[in-house]
Amino acid sequence: MTVRDVYVIGVGITSFTRLEYPLSEIAAYPAMMAMKDAGTRDIDHLYVANMGGGRVNHQTGLASAVVDTLSLTPAGAETIENGPASGGSAVKTGYMAVASGLHDTVMVTGAERMREVNNLEATDFVATLTHPLAEHIYGVTLPSLAAMFTRLYMEKYGVTERHLAMVAVKNQNAALRNEFAHLQQEISIDGILDSPEAMTNNPYVAELLRFFDCCPVSDGGACVILASEEVAGKVDRPLVRLAGVGQASDTHAVHEREDPTDLLAVRRAAAMAFERAGLTPADVDVAELHDAFTILEIVESEECGFFPKGEGHLALERGETALGGKLPINVSGGLKGRGHPVGATGVAQAYEIVHQLRGEAGERQVDGARVGFTCNFGGFGNNVVCLVFKREN
Amino acid sequence: MPVDLEKILRPVDNPMPPFPAKHMKVASGEEMVIRQVTRDEIPSILPHVAPLVWVERDFYDVVAARVYAELLAFYAHRMQDEYVLVAQIDGELCAVVNGRMVNKDVGMSLHTLAMRRGLRIGAHAFAAKMEYHMDILGQKEVLIVAESPIGFRRWMIEYNLEKRFDIAHELGGVPSWALTKELFDRARDTLVVGRRPVPDELLAKAAAAILPPSDPPTPPEDLLAATRARYDPTGTALVLQRWKQEGKV
Repeated sequence: MTVRDVYVIGVGITSFTRLEYPLSEIAAYPAMMAMKDAGTRDIDHLYVANMGGGRVNHQTGLASAVVDTLSLTPAGAETIENGPASGGSAVKTGYMAVASGLHDTVMVTGAERMREVNNLEATDFVATLTHPLAEHIYGVTLPSLAAMFTRLYMEKYGVTERHLAMVAVKNQNAALRNEFAHLQQEISIDGILDSPEAMTNNPYVAELLRFFDCCPVSDGGACVILASEEVAGKVDRPLVRLAGVGQASDTHAVHEREDPTDLLAVRRAAAMAFERAGLTPADVDVAELHDAFTILEIVESEECGFFPKGEGHLALERGETALGGKLPINVSGGLKGRGHPVGATGVAQAYEIVHQLRGEAGERQVDGARVGFTCNFGGFGNNVVCLVFKREN
Repeated sequence: MPVDLEKILRPVDNPMPPFPAKHMKVASGEEMVIRQVTRDEIPSILPHVAPLVWVERDFYDVVAARVYAELLAFYAHRMQDEYVLVAQIDGELCAVVNGRMVNKDVGMSLHTLAMRRGLRIGAHAFAAKMEYHMDILGQKEVLIVAESPIGFRRWMIEYNLEKRFDIAHELGGVPSWALTKELFDRARDTLVVGRRPVPDELLAKAAAAILPPSDPPTPPEDLLAATRARYDPTGTALVLQRWKQEGKV
């Protein structure tokens, strides 16, 4: 089967914060930016990534609302829900549509409005992605799952709370260089870990995870427009190719895994994306990983092949994952600093990488970035989408 | 014999022991000082409270309007047994909290207004005023209400406050909650922090000037945009507003 090359010709994003717009407008605003960026309104099909519209915002069939809001009818439109990996899934679906020749230009927009409800309800909403009979029924939430995972990982690989705090500080402070990021307060190791007041400033949410180890609950939207080589050639923007996509799943319930510290779906999805792109982890200049909890950045950096298993925290210690390091990770702030409107996150990761590869990331630009990578982690590692992007000109 | 009406209008003179200033490190690593302000310092706080009256989110408008009135009343001697504490980082005003004594055993928490967010500054300032009621004024309980869901989470849930629903709080007459001495003692280890004495240099800097907040909450550009959007299915008003805020048009 012949697979066509797929390019990103336009990108857009909203501020990630609390947005008091209807959900359909949160999806539409970055789409307008992306169309302006691409210089076209000629869209064949629209994929809208969203996880909680029906439950949190009382809005289903979001794609129908968005395509009309954007006056893009009669283009086809559909909503894609795949938990926190909805964004990555939607980009992957858009890729398939263009690569297969079904469409020439597709829009992928992700949006979420989680702050319409309070934090307790938002946490419960996200927890609905856990196993209903083996996890959710017992009160499991994502922070509690992540905390248990963290404890196992610490025991096995020697990661400490200091390493988690280092990720928190790196990513939250990186967000200060991102005008669209949710968190705009600088933090320090002293303030969240070492000072006599640190335990109050940064209390345990679910031991061993503390407040600053967890991403904020955000509203926000992001959009990418994907197109065939023929269409991309007519757009006056730097050529960024979506070179590889990979997706894999794992057991729904975390405890059913042979070794819960192995995130096999991440490993498989990343390997698949690299194989399709004809590239390796060593080729990557900048990565956006799914750090909904700080431990995840460390583990994903290993499972994606950037560092040997159990050594992600050592690379962090050496400063390799900071801006200016060997492989800058989450220079946008990541989920931790930029925010995590679940359905939009995977698209926002793609937005950041495209910006980086175009050389348009301003203060947070990774010098000479040519290859970028994203990992969008759904469930607790049970449905993962990885993407590889490459600057072509 | 002439009547001194002002003397009649003023509250009964009832000196309260001073709150001993304390300092702490916040999550940013910056040193924050919490101290009691004098009546003379109120005019330098008011200009930083006034703009928040127009911030139509998280009940900043309601809280700021009430705080402004309470500060003014304190300044003009129109509130019985009120005190005001401020939190400052490098002189910058980060939070204002206030309250008053109802009687020797019961305190009335009035407001907590945080001007820098995301660093638990409001929570630290609130803890300081509870410390004032319990440890300095020696009261048995403090009556509390929250105007915002954030306040409810911070006070009612974190301190596990008791209901005193038979007592109408001075803020709007809504049912009160209470922090008892026992609850405060339980929270002491986890929620109440700070060190004393404050180093002279730090305290002098805080007392020298109350500087404006560096990143205060700001009002939306168009307060009616959300309303207009209901009649504007394309959302153009909102998009234009957003673009204006982000300097794109």
